[in-house]
Amino acid sequence: MKPSQEQINQMEQIQQVDFALVELTLYLDTHPQDYNAIQQFNQLAVQSKQLKGQYEQQFGPLKQFGGSFSSYPWNWIDSPWPWQM
Amino acid sequence: MYTPIKWYHPYASTADPCPPIEWKYYQTPPNLYLGFQPTGLPQFPLKEALYKGTLWPVLFDPYPSHVRGEDH
Amino acid sequence: MWYYEKKLQYPVKVSECNPRLAKFLIEQYGGADGELSAALRYLNQRYSIPDKVIGLLTDIGTEEFAHLEMIAAMVYKLTKDATPEQMKEAGLGAHYANHDHALFYHDAAGNPWTATYIQAKGDPIADLYEDIAAEEKARATYQWIINMSDDPCLNDSLKFLREREIVHSQRFREAVEILKQEQDKKKFY
Repeated sequence: MKPSQEQINQMEQIQQVDFALVELTLYLDTHPQDYNAIQQFNQLAVQSKQLKGQYEQQFGPLKQFGGSFSSYPWNWIDSPWPWQM
Repeated sequence: MYTPIKWYHPYASTADPCPPIEWKYYQTPPNLYLGFQPTGLPQFPLKEALYKGTLWPVLFDPYPSHVRGEDH
Repeated sequence: MWYYEKKLQYPVKVSECNPRLAKFLIEQYGGADGELSAALRYLNQRYSIPDKVIGLLTDIGTEEFAHLEMIAAMVYKLTKDATPEQMKEAGLGAHYANHDHALFYHDAAGNPWTATYIQAKGDPIADLYEDIAAEEKARATYQWIINMSDDPCLNDSLKFLREREIVHSQRFREAVEILKQEQDKKKFY
């Protein structure tokens, strides 16, 4: 099944938030005392979890090994995979 | 302020078979100049950062550089 | 341990079927300064580096795997549905003879990936300088590929990856500064 525009849009929102989290992670690895950056990191982590929860309800799990819940039947194995989207 | 690109004029011999390239350019990206990143630097808006490839304008280095070849 | 997440780090797009560009891009898949080398280099060095910078090596190494997946996605899209004839015209005839459309860890010239691409000296400064050099070499490789590519969508993703090399180099340079610091001095940052 082809990914809907809605799925692509929601994924892109997640990519935007998670990218800032990657950047802040690397920054904090060398700036562990930056209080404001840690606050920003924690806020974005909450936002990322919310967006992913919403995405997973509609389009299936993002993480495996217990990182995400499954519906029935097991939908982790459903396409599209990231490189197929 | 730094410039993100430098150039030099390579030696050209009359015996070189290919038409000479007058100017050779090379990149000198911001990580060469920033030093230890200070705290609290301005950030790109969340929706822009992904497409810039960095959260901080001070580290953003567009390629190809716009200044390339303008002076020569 | 590691968790896979069913998402690309960046929304990778390509404009058209173009196996010729895939042939160049493979350099960053299985080449000396490619993303596989980068991931394995940092994740291997972290066992013998001062604790202060283990986190950084772990996180950058992990991000490199996300970049490896992006490169794979680009190659997949550039070659998907390409006919044997198109593969041959693109200079991928030898690749097709051995691998069909499968990806393989080799560079643009077909040399298979080798562990000799990555160094681990056990000396923290030597290893971090190796990492900084690796990031600059990867940045240069992305520049040369962008210079040869006329696919604006692909270049968008390649510019993202090039920028990531700059940020990683910045963080490794900071790691060197952290390890240079006199041990009785208070930190300012």
